[in-house]
Parts: sequence; C-alpha cells; structure tokens
Amino acid sequence: MRDILRRLEEKRAAARAGGGQRRIDAQHAKGRLTARERVELLFDPDSFEEWDMFVEHRSTDFGMGDQRTPGDGVVTGYGNMNGRLVFVFSQDFTVFGGSLSEAHASKICKIMDQAMKVGAPIVGLNDSGGARIQDGVASLAGYAEVFQRNVLASGVVPQISLIMGPCAGGAVYSPAMTDFIFMVKDSSYMFVTGPDVVRTVTHETVTHEQLGGAVTHTTKSGVADLAFENDVEALLQLRRFIDFLPPSNREKAPVRATPDPGERAEPSLDSLVPVNSNTPYDMKELIRKVVDEGDFFELQPDYAGNIVIGFGRIEGATIGVVANQPMVLAGCLDIDSSRKAARFVRFCDCFNIPILTFVDVPGFLPGTNQEHNAIIKHGAKLLFAFAEATVPKVTIITRKAYGGAYDVMSSKHLRGDVNFAWPSAEIAVMGPKGAVEIIFRSDIGDAEKIAQRTEDYREKFANPFVAGARGFIDDVIMPSTTRRRVARSLAMLRDKKLENPWKKHDNIPL
Amino acid sequence: MFKKILIANRGEIACRVMRTAKAMGIRTVAIHSDVDADARHVREADEAVLVGPAPSAQSYLNVEAILRAIAQTGAEGVHPGYGFLSENAAFAAAVEKAGARFIGPSPSAIAAMGDKIRSKQLAREAGVSVVPGGVESVADEEAAREAAAAIGYPVLVKASAGGGGKGMRLVRGEAEMADALRSAAHEAKASFGDERVFVEKFIEHPRHIEIQVLADSYGHVIHLGERECSIQRRHQKVIEESPSPLLDAKTRAAMGAQAVALAQAVEYRSAGTVEFIADRNKNFYFLEMNTRLQVEHPVTEKVTGLDLVEWMIRIAAGERLTLKQKDVRLDGWAIEARLYAEDPTRGFLPASGRVVRYREPTGAGVRIDSGIHEGAEVTVHYDPILAKIVTHAADRDGAVALMRHALDSCCVRGVVNNGLFLGAVMANPRFQSGDISTAFIQEEFGAAFDPAKAGKEQLAVLVAVAATLHHRLHARDAAIGGGQNAQRVASGAEWVVLANGDSHKATVAETAGGHAAVTSSDSHEVIGEWRFDDPVFRGAVNGRPVAVQVERIGLAYRLSHDGVRLDLQVLAPRAAELAALMPAKKKQDMSRFVLSPMPGLLSSLAVAVGQDVKAGEAIAVIEAMKMENVLRAERDGRVAALRAKPGDSLAADQPILEFE
Repeated sequence: MRDILRRLEEKRAAARAGGGQRRIDAQHAKGRLTARERVELLFDPDSFEEWDMFVEHRSTDFGMGDQRTPGDGVVTGYGNMNGRLVFVFSQDFTVFGGSLSEAHASKICKIMDQAMKVGAPIVGLNDSGGARIQDGVASLAGYAEVFQRNVLASGVVPQISLIMGPCAGGAVYSPAMTDFIFMVKDSSYMFVTGPDVVRTVTHETVTHEQLGGAVTHTTKSGVADLAFENDVEALLQLRRFIDFLPPSNREKAPVRATPDPGERAEPSLDSLVPVNSNTPYDMKELIRKVVDEGDFFELQPDYAGNIVIGFGRIEGATIGVVANQPMVLAGCLDIDSSRKAARFVRFCDCFNIPILTFVDVPGFLPGTNQEHNAIIKHGAKLLFAFAEATVPKVTIITRKAYGGAYDVMSSKHLRGDVNFAWPSAEIAVMGPKGAVEIIFRSDIGDAEKIAQRTEDYREKFANPFVAGARGFIDDVIMPSTTRRRVARSLAMLRDKKLENPWKKHDNIPL
Repeated sequence: MFKKILIANRGEIACRVMRTAKAMGIRTVAIHSDVDADARHVREADEAVLVGPAPSAQSYLNVEAILRAIAQTGAEGVHPGYGFLSENAAFAAAVEKAGARFIGPSPSAIAAMGDKIRSKQLAREAGVSVVPGGVESVADEEAAREAAAAIGYPVLVKASAGGGGKGMRLVRGEAEMADALRSAAHEAKASFGDERVFVEKFIEHPRHIEIQVLADSYGHVIHLGERECSIQRRHQKVIEESPSPLLDAKTRAAMGAQAVALAQAVEYRSAGTVEFIADRNKNFYFLEMNTRLQVEHPVTEKVTGLDLVEWMIRIAAGERLTLKQKDVRLDGWAIEARLYAEDPTRGFLPASGRVVRYREPTGAGVRIDSGIHEGAEVTVHYDPILAKIVTHAADRDGAVALMRHALDSCCVRGVVNNGLFLGAVMANPRFQSGDISTAFIQEEFGAAFDPAKAGKEQLAVLVAVAATLHHRLHARDAAIGGGQNAQRVASGAEWVVLANGDSHKATVAETAGGHAAVTSSDSHEVIGEWRFDDPVFRGAVNGRPVAVQVERIGLAYRLSHDGVRLDLQVLAPRAAELAALMPAKKKQDMSRFVLSPMPGLLSSLAVAVGQDVKAGEAIAVIEAMKMENVLRAERDGRVAALRAKPGDSLAADQPILEFE
C-alpha cells in the first residue's frame, strides 16, 4: 500500500515539475510566473482542486512517444476567490511551450463543461505557443472544441481571459469570444499572424509588442480590456474584478457590505458642470462620487476615451456604468465608443447587472472616416444593446443630450426605467447654434439676429423641462443628491421583471 | 459703526475679513470676476457683485467697476485685504472720494511707504536703522558700481516699486553687475511698469522679522510684537511664526519702538507692518513698511488674542484705539503654514485644477483661513494661495506638533499643492531647532523636494498603517463569498509590505480597540476609524494621535504623513515571494523631450530646429500665475523638433520640444 501511495506522490511531483527546473528558470527570467504559481496567486490559499493531473498526450510521431509530461501543458481545476467558486485553466509554457494538443484541449473542455453545469465563471490563463504541430489536425479539432464551448458558455457564465504570454494564430479566437481580455505588459501578445508573416506579405516591419502587445490592444485595437504591469498585479486585480461578477446568468452579483450610506450627499457635484457649456469636465469624478466608496473598476480606460465603462457598486450591489466623457472628443459617439459600450451593455444584460448611464453627448462624430467605416452599423449596436436590455436601467442626463445620441443613451423611449436630468441638462434635437442656422437660415447674415435667435432657442430648449413636460424625464434632480436618487431607484427596481419576445436569437447589426 | 462693507478682494483673505465683519453685525459685499462666480468668498458674502472677466486687471484691479459696486450696494467701508488694490493710494483716495471709508491707512501714508526709496529716507529720518545703501535709484551701470563699492559686496539690486521678490538680483562681485542690472530693470518694468532700481547691502544668513503696528486716527500707535517669516521660497513666505526664535525682549522692544516711531512719522492709521531683516547677531535693518493687513497676521492674532480686522474696521469707523502698549501680552507660540497650489517636487511651480476632495483640519489650537471648498476651481489667474493653517500652543514645540498633525489631516485632492512639503519643513530638525534663515528651503531641500525620503519612525508608522488598512479591506473582501473564509481571514494574517524597494514583514491581528501590526523591529497598535473610502485615516498609533492621507492607486496604498509620501503594496507572503521574481520595469525614456513643467502659456521659444543647446541654456518662457518661468535645458543636445509654438496653452508634461 505504501508503494502505491508513493507512486501517487511521484506522479504528482512529476506533474508539478512541469517542463523541469531549467524551463521554469527560463520562464522566470522572462518575468513570467509558471502556470502553477499563477493558479496559486489567483485562488484563496489551499482552495485549488486540480483535475487531470495525469492526462498525457497520445501522439507518437516525431519522437513525441517518449516525451510525455503528466498534465500535458495545462493546469486545470477549480478553486475559490474570496470564497466563491471559479474554474480555471492555466497553460504551462514550460511543457511543449504550452502548445495545445488534443489532450490539452480536452482538459480545458472538461472544466468548461463542469463550469456550465454548476454555473461558475471560467478564467483562462493563456501562455501558449499555439497548436501542437506534432498533434496535427487533432490539435485543430481541440481548438474548435474549445471555441464551441466558449460560444455556448457565452452569456451563461462569465468567461475571462488573462493573456500572460504568447497567444497567436487560431488560438486568439478563444479569448476573443470570452467576455473580458486582460493582458500583461511587455510579456504578452496576441495576433492572428505574427511579425514574420506580416513582413513577408505586406513588407511592414513591426515588433511583437507593436503588432499585438498589451499597449497596442488596450489603446489602438480595443481587443483587450486592461493591461497590467506584471503577472502578480494582473492576477490580484483579476481577483478584485471577479468580486463584481455574478457566478452565472441564473444569479445576481454578490453584495459586498459597505459602510458607505446610500443617502450620501456630494455638495461638490453641484459645481461639476461648468457654466460654459463648451467647457469639459471629468465625468469620472461624478462616477467616483456616486458609486460606493469611490471604488470604480474601469475597463478600456485608454481606448475610445469618449465613453467610460466599468463596474461599481451601489449599496453593495454591482452596477455597470456607461458614461459619455466630455474630456475626450467632447463626449461624442463614434465607431469605437459605440462598439466599446455596446458590448459592455450586453454583458451587463446577460448577467443581471443593472446599468447606470450618465449622459453628456453632443451627438455622433461627423466625417468621411466615420461614415465610410460604417458608423451607421456600429452606432446601431449601442442603440440595439440599450434597447434590448431588460435589466434595471437608470439614466442621468448631466448636460447635453442632443439628437439621435439622446435616444441611444438609454433614453426613456428605450425602456429606461428611471431617467433623471440635472438642471444643467440640454435635451434637444441639436445645439442652439446649429439649430438656429437651420431654422432661421435667412437670418444667417445678420449676426445680431442670429445671436438673439440662439438665445431664444437656448432659453426654450437648452433645459430639462421641455422633456420633463412630456414625461421623458422622471425628475430634475440636484446634482448633489445623485447618489441618493440612484440608490433609491435601484432599490425600487431590485425585482424588476421584463422579458423580450421569444426568439431564437436577435440579429444585432454586427 | 458701518452697516455694510465691501471686501475688494477674493480667496481666503476675503473670507477672513467677512468672518469678523459678520461677528460685528456688519453686512458684507463680495466682488468677483466671472470665473469666481461660485468661489467661497462669494458664497460666504451677503451680497456679491460681478466686476469683470477673469484677468485681475479687468476685475479685482478694476477701480471703476469696484467704485460702481460700492455705489450700487451702498457699502460704507471698503476693506482691500492684501495684494490687489490694498496698497494703491489712488484707489484709497477714490474710495474716500466716493463717500465710503477705506479700511486701511491714509492715501498719503500708502504713497509714502509705497516708494522704497522714499520710505527708506523717511525711516532714516525717524531714527530707524536701515540697510546701508539704497537711498536713490541708480541711473546707470556706473552709478550702480559706485554705490556697490561704497557699501561693499555682496549687494542686492532691487526694483524701486517692487515687492514679492520681483525685480531683485543678488550681485556677489562687480562682474555680475551689468547682467543683474539689466534683468532686474526688465523684470521691474514688466511687473510694476517702473524700471527704476537701487542697490543695497546684502545681509548674509538673513532672517525676515517684522513688527505689527496698530494705529488710530488720533496719533496713538502701539506694536503687537514680531513675526518671523524666514521660511521662504522664490522670495515668498511659506511659514511664519510669532514670536521669533531669534529675538530677546530687548531686541523686540527696540524693533517695536522703531516701528512705532516710523508709523508716527507718517501719521499712520490702521494695521501696518514694518519689515526688518536681521542677522545672526540680532542686528536688524529696516526693509520696508507694508501698509496693509499681512497674509500672516493670524499668528499675531493668536499670540495677542486680538482681532486685527476688527481693529482695522473700528479705526476706520473713527473709533479710538483703546489698547495701550502695556496691555499687549504675547501668549504662547503661533505658527502659520501657507497652503499653496504649487508643486514642491518641481521647483514650486504653480498648479491649478478642480478641488475634488477637501477636508480641513480641526481641533483645539488649530485655525484655518481658507478660500476654497470642495468643488472649487483653482484657476491660473490669481495668487496660488489656497488656505492658511495656523496653530497655537504654549511653546514652539507644541505649536509645531499641532501643525504636523493639522497638515496631515488637511486634505486637498485634484489640485497639486505643497501640503506635504509644509509637513516636511515641520519635521525638519533644523527648523525645529529654530536655526533658520531665508535660505532655509534652498539649503535643506535644494531645488526639488523628494517626498519619498522617509525617516525610520515615519516608515514604521506607514508600514503599520498600510498593513492594517489592507488587512481590513482584505477581511471585508473575503466575506463577499460568505462561509468560513471570512472568519479565517479576519482573525489575523501575515503580510509583506513593500515600500521604496524594501520589504517589511508584518503580522496583523485584531486587538480590543483596533489592530496590532507587528513587524520584525517593533509593534504598532493601530486604532482608528477608516471607512474604506476616507481620504484621511484618523486614529492613533501606539496611543499617539496620527492622521495619514490615503489614496488607492491600483493595488498600492499611497500614504502621506509627516512630510513623507510613499506608495506601499501589501501582499500575502507567497505573493510577495513571487512578486520578487517580477522584473523592474524601465521608465519610458522621456529625456529626449523637454516637457512643460506646469500648465501655462508658452510665451516664447528661444531655440529652433537644428540648433545645438547646452545644458542650462534657456529654451522657453512659460507664463503661469502671473509669473514668467524660464525653462532651461537639462542636457546638451540638438533640437530635433518643436512640439509647441508660442501662444499655445500647455498642459503639465506636454512636450515642448524634442532633442535628437
């Protein structure tokens, strides 16, 4: 019996050793942790339950028959994050470069299936050279099995990808279909074709980092949601992030106890909106002063900065925040910001997270660049997302809400549950200057007349009361009371029930 | 007595004057520019009148508009505060002509003392000891050299109409005279519209000590002791105290008598200040007389128990000064620290922005004169003073201790400020010893202040507080999933605190009143209220009251306390072990770029593309807060590209040019 127990220990030791000390040292030298170290940091101490430690690949070609490492390059299982169940797979770059074999893929699929069954989030820690070439088409089949599960799990359990090393070729499409992608700066990259192929085909010379590094994907492409300095920071921040999310679409997000009273007033918000309606202000100050403890977990902060998205809490319960940012492009909607916010709104709607929208939007960004790149379809995504969402929706118009953009930004007409406006709100078809130049085209030569007309228009339309008279606005509120009004609205909406008509699925303008 | 007065000023001083006026039952009228419509002084006034757009020249210096405001509101008196029109004889005369009383000295006294050369002559005649030199403005370089030779180098070249250090140059030898003369005259012209300069003896290790006088309209003058204002940067006062650590009773009496004599000589009325410069041997020389309420008047109020503004108002209303010199008693020690919107880590360059969070210090012995509120906008148009913190205790050590705690509790977020620097001055042993001079800041802190420099005890406190705060947050987060996890975590845990590249082990456990953080070297019991989002942790460490400012930057805790600011990370021991494997990231190389050190207007560029520049050479002039700041190259190099052009408004850290 003792021998049998010792054999188990030996097997386990072999699995834990991964690709051996030399490769572990090489991994550390690159500033990366090993697959197991990452799992250790991700979960509460001693909570990780590993599965499939003894799985090995079945390939015999190209000398692979005598190269077997238990676990086959990926660590899988489940554990707790602050006491909550989460499933994980963590690719081990020290074993065959973390490459994906048929067996490797089947391990990932197993925990995905289990996560779906019990309703718990799936976290993927990606660090893989790509397909196991020696495995041939079986490896490609493995990818597809994972892709299929990503799709089926989408909207059922939250899926988060943390890219901690290479992720290239077909491999990118698994993270691409998860809900959130986080990356580590200087040590991770994602691209469909690498710099070598790029050089051959297009004659562009580009580094890995420039082509698909963390900075590129969080500033230029918008593929990734956040970039972190190193593995430790990324894993600890991921723990913080998971705290905001519900385990599945069957449950609500957890409530975190807070000493921050829902009735808290913020007198300084009364002076947030500048007197001059063209002067920008920082919408994030408003967000931080409204959410619990000023704790706002922003996503994609460096991409399409004209819209701000992220999670916060009100009276302990998670909310998703969408806000126009007047500091960037005057807060207008464009292709990037529409796509960014639309996907976020849909995530919130999938997972029962109420949406709090702050509106200061002068309209859509004009230009051939926007039109020729299909702002019509991309803008429609955000409109579609807000319109189909059935979770509680609370909207505050702080200043401008002009034209179609007013409709888009979670307006009353898109089944907004509670729509408030600050006294500084201007809800109109367009700004006073543009409106006057159309309505009173004949007066354009006469500066004095135009000025008077503009003033009249401003007086008449640049306020929240016209919309209020129609009931499009439920109330005009003092900015300082915003948190209280939002908290009460969300409390009232806690058991909101609303269903869309049955359909196989909708046909969002992709 | 007046029924209503107008305060022709803004910011903290306007608020401070109104406080006394209200206590006296007098209604108050504020004036303001359009950008100040929501400023604190407007909020606190009974009435407010818009006097013009943002630039001072069109608003707070706009005499016509202010006279209109006086007429419109029926104000019977006008308090000018300090700065702006406070020492403008024409304004004082115009106010009186308009039928209101000017709450300050007579126009003739203002005029007599406003001219540096004339005031020195008057002082000499009144038997006041004056700095050798400086009787007349110098016509040219030769005259300046002659004057300097007669006095002996080093000498100062100063603007005749100057103040605040503008148009002032130190000349150590004859060779430096020509340059100094030219630049001083130029700056004098730009600042005061008067290019006359004079030469006077430069006092080594000078201390700035001034005497407060109070005089009524009937020839009765007393003095209220001294203030020492030696802690200065860019010739502007930062910290003031009363009494001075230098003076003895005899010197104080001698200075007081001279100050009173001068005030009598010009038939002074109201509050005024006679400024002296003193050397180590308590020799003192007259500098100038300020014919207004000084910024630092609160320290005198604290030690004398008098309200100077109240006396100014009473005297202006024609009342007699009923106090006799023998009634004046100096009780204890008072210190004032000026909270400026400026960046001490960048040579005290001015800052601006919106005050996102604001918490004032409170408690016995602490007074705050503030001109801001949470949500206020600090613009580039005016003096960068935000507030003054004044502490009063039985002795100097007590006042310093109170000030250290008050500064730690005073929180201004959103606008870069010198609060931490003031704390560092208070924590400085040389300051505490009283061995100070006007060169103190330069000598102790150099060009830039490094807030990460921590002493042993400061570091120990910050490590203990960081570990405790993190432990509390961690325990709360652990409870999010319910179950046994939370209880296991809450009972106690081991942590590693990373600060300044070092790691410190700390075990945190709950105690009856709070938490004990035990590190390898010592044990700190940390007790206090902190609601996870409070910008200031207030509590006690080992029984000593402590305030620590807390900001959460990503995973780190940015803690500020006692002149030290550190980013601390608190990790579980295993996480710390793994974190040690993480490579240190290289900062992006910005040395090729010359960045704007502050928000402001690029008024000129002295270089062109392709030009070779030597380190120290002037590159550009940036105008901010009424100051022309010359930007110099920090290295040699050839200019590759210009990233901004004259007339551009610059944000802080915006590239101005790029070297090859």
